[in-house]
Amino acid sequence: MTTLTARGRGHATASSRPRAARRTARLRESLVGWGFAAPNLVLMTLFLFIPIVWALILSLQETKGFGDPEWVGVDNYAKLVGDPVFWQSLANTIVFTIATVPIELAGGLGLAVLLNSVLPARGVFRTIIVLPMVISGVASGMIAVILFYESNGLLNKVLTAIGLGPVAWQSQGVPAMISVVIAAIWLRIGFNMIIYLAGLQNISPELYEAARIDGASRWQQFRSVTVPLVGPSTFFLLIMNVIASFQVFDLIFVMTGGGPGNATSVLVTYAYRNGFQIREQGYGAAIGIVILVITLAFTFIQWKTSRTRDLAE
Amino acid sequence: MAQTTAMLEIAEADLLGPRQAARLRRRRRNRSGDRRGIILRTLIAVVVAAVVVFPLYWMLVVAFSPRGEVFEPGLRLWPSTFTLENFVKVFDRVPVVDWFGNSVVIGVFVTAFTVVVNLLAGYAFARLRFAGRNGIFLLALSTMMIPVQAIMVAQFKLVTGLGIYGTYWGVILPAAAAAFGIFLARQFFISIPDEIIEAARIDGAGHLRIFMQVVLPLCKPLIAVLTLLTLMGSWNDFAWPLIALKDNDLFTLPIGLLYLKNQTSPDYNAIMALALISVLPMVLLFLFFQRYFVQGFARSGIK
Repeated sequence: MTTLTARGRGHATASSRPRAARRTARLRESLVGWGFAAPNLVLMTLFLFIPIVWALILSLQETKGFGDPEWVGVDNYAKLVGDPVFWQSLANTIVFTIATVPIELAGGLGLAVLLNSVLPARGVFRTIIVLPMVISGVASGMIAVILFYESNGLLNKVLTAIGLGPVAWQSQGVPAMISVVIAAIWLRIGFNMIIYLAGLQNISPELYEAARIDGASRWQQFRSVTVPLVGPSTFFLLIMNVIASFQVFDLIFVMTGGGPGNATSVLVTYAYRNGFQIREQGYGAAIGIVILVITLAFTFIQWKTSRTRDLAE
Repeated sequence: MAQTTAMLEIAEADLLGPRQAARLRRRRRNRSGDRRGIILRTLIAVVVAAVVVFPLYWMLVVAFSPRGEVFEPGLRLWPSTFTLENFVKVFDRVPVVDWFGNSVVIGVFVTAFTVVVNLLAGYAFARLRFAGRNGIFLLALSTMMIPVQAIMVAQFKLVTGLGIYGTYWGVILPAAAAAFGIFLARQFFISIPDEIIEAARIDGAGHLRIFMQVVLPLCKPLIAVLTLLTLMGSWNDFAWPLIALKDNDLFTLPIGLLYLKNQTSPDYNAIMALALISVLPMVLLFLFFQRYFVQGFARSGIK
């Protein structure tokens, strides 16, 4: 008897049970489903959805000292448009992204190909390349501060010894940006390698065999077999890297604090500066909304890619 | 078991020596001139690995060098004398033990909450049909990439309003509201064959019992991945604790590092000593559970 009811659930239309009973069963499953999801939904509602709406409201207000917030409509956004530091932060964010992402992609693919080939102690090499991923941004930033230290830091000593240095890593904008870019690549290249390694495993060895029979050189094999066939990984990584670069906070906060001047100020650090250091909360919230919109746009693009289609259905 | 294969796919096909590579190796060994290729590739790999590992080596050097030595003129790649004075100093001057403890307590609570809540929700989204399921799932997913900086002002006000600003809970609860584990869990639960769950239903088990006694024992790899990634995320988290904590003795290790750096003349040797203390637990976890970390990175795309 129990067997029958259990089967009936799977093939609802074939069930001989009355419709009312089926409806009750469905309602019960619905309740159970909500029950299972509830703890997570409550947490997310409280600490994500409400703050998102609240941030939107805050961005339409101005807080002065301890006084009540005042409605100012879109003034904060108007201020954004006329704020050169905002535009510089946006430009820096884009420059940082353009500087990091291609190197992360190319480096990750190069390393994946290298560490997918015949090599002694391959596992050790892979472990080392992935290791920076578990190092916190703050600790990495601190190490970078010491390595890039302007007066007698190790890097400048080496650069001086070979006649290239010293470089003004802290007091000049472009070198400061370069130092942050290098640190970010160090942190993220392992992730790119992992994704590409998984992509490479999906390429059938027969394809290389065929290419070799056709007389393709190593480089031609790479160009016409490897690169096209890891295309989905590349697109996935492109989006993930862009999102990560748009959100780089810890490294910049620790290494340069957005300086010198505003040379390494990016959107997230500028939002923090306004929200918590200058304490213009409404303005900080407005910058946050800009970040939110950009992030959602990239998330949406990511959904449209084949790799993640299964999770968005 | 068959249902765990989904999670293990990557590990098998990847890091730990795939069969396919072994076949290739055998085939290639016969090809002449390949020896030179291997030597060249090994050389490149050694150079790259050295470059990648060097910053960590430098952290060790600075942590064990006498104060200021690394900033003296002259190239020196290891300490003149191996000293523990930086560690002594750090333990003397700042509440390192408290900070470490705070990181542990916050990490454990964030992880426990997140994993339990994500497993439940992942199961619901994967195996239960309920009104509004797909819409809510998409909504949850769309928040996955939102950085804390986008909504930190509002979150700060919320936490203050709830009276938990400057407490453990102020750090823990918002951190546990993350969505990334949901889809990891959901993907895993979808791969569990229907028959197993149907069989349990035929035996008269309710959803909660099926979940606890049938499903959970099958998803140890999932739980391992979720636990390790969440713990790492919490341990390394910086932006939110920076906002949500105010008292010195409640700081986590990353905030403690910043505190040391913000001193008027920062002692970089002490900073590296503390950095080493803060980094070591994650490095050890990674070395022990590498395959789970790698699976997690590969599947979730978070960092």
